[in-house]
Amino acid sequence: MKGVRHYPGFLAMAVACLAILYVPLIVVMVYSFNDSTSITTWGGFSWRWYADVFTGPEAPRFKAAAWNSITIAVLAASAATTIAVAASLAMIRGGRFRGKSATFALINLPLMVPEIVTAVATLIFFSTIALTTGYMTILIAHVVFCIPFAYLPIAARLQGIEDSYEQAARDLYATQWQAFRLVLLPLMLPGVVSGFLLAFIISLDDFIITNFVKGAGMETLPTAIFGSVKQGIKPNIMAISTMMLAVSILFVTLSYYVNRIGQRTRS
Amino acid sequence: MAGMAPESGTGGGGKAGLGYRKLIGPLLVPTWVMIGIFLVLPVMLMAVYSFLTKEFRGGVVWDFTLAAYDQFFLNRGLFGDEPPVIEWTYITIFWRSIWQAAVATLICLAVGFPTAWFIATRPPKSRAIWLFLITVPYWVNLLIRTVSLKFLIRDNGPLNESLMAIGLISDPLPLVNTNLAVQLGLFYSYLPFMVLPIYAAVERYNFALSEAAADLYASRWVTLREIVLPVVKPGIIAGCILVFVPSLGAFLAPDLLGGAKTFMIGSLIDEQFRGSQGNWPFGAAAAMILMTLVLIVLMVYARAQNKAEAR
Repeated sequence: MKGVRHYPGFLAMAVACLAILYVPLIVVMVYSFNDSTSITTWGGFSWRWYADVFTGPEAPRFKAAAWNSITIAVLAASAATTIAVAASLAMIRGGRFRGKSATFALINLPLMVPEIVTAVATLIFFSTIALTTGYMTILIAHVVFCIPFAYLPIAARLQGIEDSYEQAARDLYATQWQAFRLVLLPLMLPGVVSGFLLAFIISLDDFIITNFVKGAGMETLPTAIFGSVKQGIKPNIMAISTMMLAVSILFVTLSYYVNRIGQRTRS
Repeated sequence: MAGMAPESGTGGGGKAGLGYRKLIGPLLVPTWVMIGIFLVLPVMLMAVYSFLTKEFRGGVVWDFTLAAYDQFFLNRGLFGDEPPVIEWTYITIFWRSIWQAAVATLICLAVGFPTAWFIATRPPKSRAIWLFLITVPYWVNLLIRTVSLKFLIRDNGPLNESLMAIGLISDPLPLVNTNLAVQLGLFYSYLPFMVLPIYAAVERYNFALSEAAADLYASRWVTLREIVLPVVKPGIIAGCILVFVPSLGAFLAPDLLGGAKTFMIGSLIDEQFRGSQGNWPFGAAAAMILMTLVLIVLMVYARAQNKAEAR
């Protein structure tokens, strides 16, 4: 009876779908190793554009941008993860309470408001309270939109953990803090790690909001890349893109495996 | 499975025993503060800004006026003294954005549905691999993906070169700076959003229904249209919304892949906040209108969802 599941052409569509998603990325990856200053012709394999990223004329700019991107991503993801852990404890372990659905809507709000609207609103807000745009404003904005991405895996994980472990700990005279730190948190850990990794990538990737609240002279990797691309796609940009691609894929794969290990330990 | 665990065995009382009930306030304060102060408040402030008077070097004067909305919808002539007629410039940009987003959504659906169906009918192991492969690109920087697409489809890019090499075309296809390029870019940006909810719906679909239809001599395609589509419709609608909404306010795809003729809402808003040419109240008004459109779409969706659940 496999017949009813089979539709001619659907396999081809699925393969086409993967091709569409991956071909542009693979092409850029391949061309980042192109030993030619022209992006059109193939001049043989070379690492020169990777060397160029680290030592070339634009290297200081990229290094500063990379430093900003990474530190902001680590700080924003840490803050968002901490906030999300606290929120998930109240939302999942707190039972019913007034304002629960409003809080749930609030947590998901950054996903519903179009990014460009968030960007405009945040810029207007910082300008009104006369906060100089720069590192700090980028960081604040990133924490906000990282919260739902950190919250989703953490809450999903917490939902799957029965109360009985903590109950047992409390029966054995653990304080609430001890029950949380020594029993619940280790059980939640896969969700927490997964949430942190997702928040980290989301922060590292953001362009639109960062571009609005970064202020003059401040760059993150995406805004630096965007600035360069405006003058045409150069080979060193392809090298940077490939490296960022590798980082993203590494983190998603990590997050995926952590989640899977979590699922296995639970069952 | 995971979703059912917390309700089992322990009621509100058991949870209260763990002490988190007393801590709800303190545990949620960080969330309320961060999102309340740095997102809700800014959006409200943006609404206020859309009624302010623009200052020439960017920024605003705190004089309340409807000028921004007036400029958006009405044309009062060069000196502002003619009887107002409808101003089409900005309405056209919004209409074009809606159109581009709709076309991108349809392409996503056309490719996404068969893909989601195909994945959902695989054995569990290969299903996980397919799903993983579909989700990975979503986590790759959108800017990098858009730049990659531009690199691929530009006039003397690999796509045109290889098509010319195999003799399918003699001149490069002018893809960049066209509507098609923008639609392709949006499609490429949000395709995973279409596949995942449809996959979830097809996975829950009871294939016995299809078998029953086949037993009654319905052809595959009749079964698909009459039985499958109505059942998995919620997934399809969810996918369409997840693609349409971000496409509507997209900035990177139209900006990098399009040209002056493919100007969309995102670029219009962005322009109002750049340098001394900007007009903050007008940008705020355009953002308000965009947000209103998105809210309407989401509300229609929520209502349809509630109705479906009531049944």
